[in-house]
Amino acid sequence: MASDFTQYAHPDRLVSTDWLAEQIAAGKVGTGADDSIALLESDEDVLLYDTGHIPGALKLDWHQDLNDPVMRDYVDAEQFAKVMSERGIGRDTTVVIYGDKNNWWAAYALWVMSLFGHEDVRLLDGGRAKWAAEGRELTKDVPAVAARTGDAAYPVVERDDAPIRAFKDDVLAHLGGPLVDVRSPGEFSGELLHMPDYPQEGAMRGGHIPGAKSVPWARAANEDGTFKSREELEAIYQGEQGLDPKEATVAYCRIGERSSHTWFVLTHLLGFDAVRNYDGSWTEWGNSVRVPVEK
Amino acid sequence: MSDEPLPAGLAEIAEDFANLPVPQRLELLLEFSEGLPELPERYAGRLGEMEQVHECQSPLFLVVEVGDEGSGGEPDERPAGERPVHLFFSAPPEAPTTRGFAGILHEGLDGLTVEEVLAVPDDAPFRFSLGEAVSPLRLRGMVGMLSRIKRQTALKSQAA
Repeated sequence: MASDFTQYAHPDRLVSTDWLAEQIAAGKVGTGADDSIALLESDEDVLLYDTGHIPGALKLDWHQDLNDPVMRDYVDAEQFAKVMSERGIGRDTTVVIYGDKNNWWAAYALWVMSLFGHEDVRLLDGGRAKWAAEGRELTKDVPAVAARTGDAAYPVVERDDAPIRAFKDDVLAHLGGPLVDVRSPGEFSGELLHMPDYPQEGAMRGGHIPGAKSVPWARAANEDGTFKSREELEAIYQGEQGLDPKEATVAYCRIGERSSHTWFVLTHLLGFDAVRNYDGSWTEWGNSVRVPVEK
Repeated sequence: MSDEPLPAGLAEIAEDFANLPVPQRLELLLEFSEGLPELPERYAGRLGEMEQVHECQSPLFLVVEVGDEGSGGEPDERPAGERPVHLFFSAPPEAPTTRGFAGILHEGLDGLTVEEVLAVPDDAPFRFSLGEAVSPLRLRGMVGMLSRIKRQTALKSQAA
């Protein structure tokens, strides 16, 4: 089935594997030229890119490139500008991100780029797995992109967290308002203190933030990792869960990557006005003293 | 970091990593990932009998065998502590970091004696200069593998 992105609220936030393959064939990807498209792979597995990636793609690692090495926070404006300039990306560059695990880390990287106000950043629908499943080319060649310097360098732009990022205190102030918990049902109910297979991201207390609705992130995805149709998504988030696109909404998970996926769905596919991702998520809330927990 | 020494094979690997600049440490880790031996035929389709390492973010299964059977299938008669330890891993190709950790442990530990494996310091995974290259969070997968290897080695050498 051809991808019809016009159904979504912000159709320009998604690209298809077909579209990307055409751009690559036309020589538009990963050249670093002013009108070129920058393609970034952002994976959970830090070595996956090195085993083979989409031609023209550069690696963007959520840990090494986007997180502050000391404090639990994202990189600052200078460091972000450096990460972008090194990859030949300017403020106006079209950036396409894809990754493993249903684009979790790709959505997370897109969300972090949005904190810095990068305008044109898109996801490859279906991510790395769909590209590979279609038998398309993967290469170990790392494109030689010249870093941007001087006037062409990525500008140092202060991060603006407030519109799309919630901190613990924001969530406390938001209690009673709509919250979406995108973790697995066992984590939501408090039976599991961590996601299956991820015990290192555990918490002292199990359960969820009071009033949160349980909508595991995967409900937004088809089997092949692409996003469900707008109609199907509306039926879940608006119909079944009664969320209102006009109301301020907060999404969270365990460390903020799966909820970036849901943040993308609510913001860009369904057009919700004000969705914030609480990246502290359960690894902060479930370890905090005297915050309310519901089981 | 403890002062307990690494076995010679692991010490050599640790030195190789330490002597490389950070980006090339990833390349070496990828070589270990690609060099991880295939699971032998006798374990094919028997992942259920292997132990899953839940600390890894991707599915990794391992099993330890203690002692060498003779060519005629006669049991290993050496004292338990002197019997060799053999390691077998299964991890998917889309999890190269996890495979790389397994590859390091295989290269450094396979064929050592029970006593030598049990003496490997628990902080060994932090001595490969990989924290900077892959992040300390990701290294916990290797800690989980090592602790299970030591536990299985202890159990199976007692039973032998």
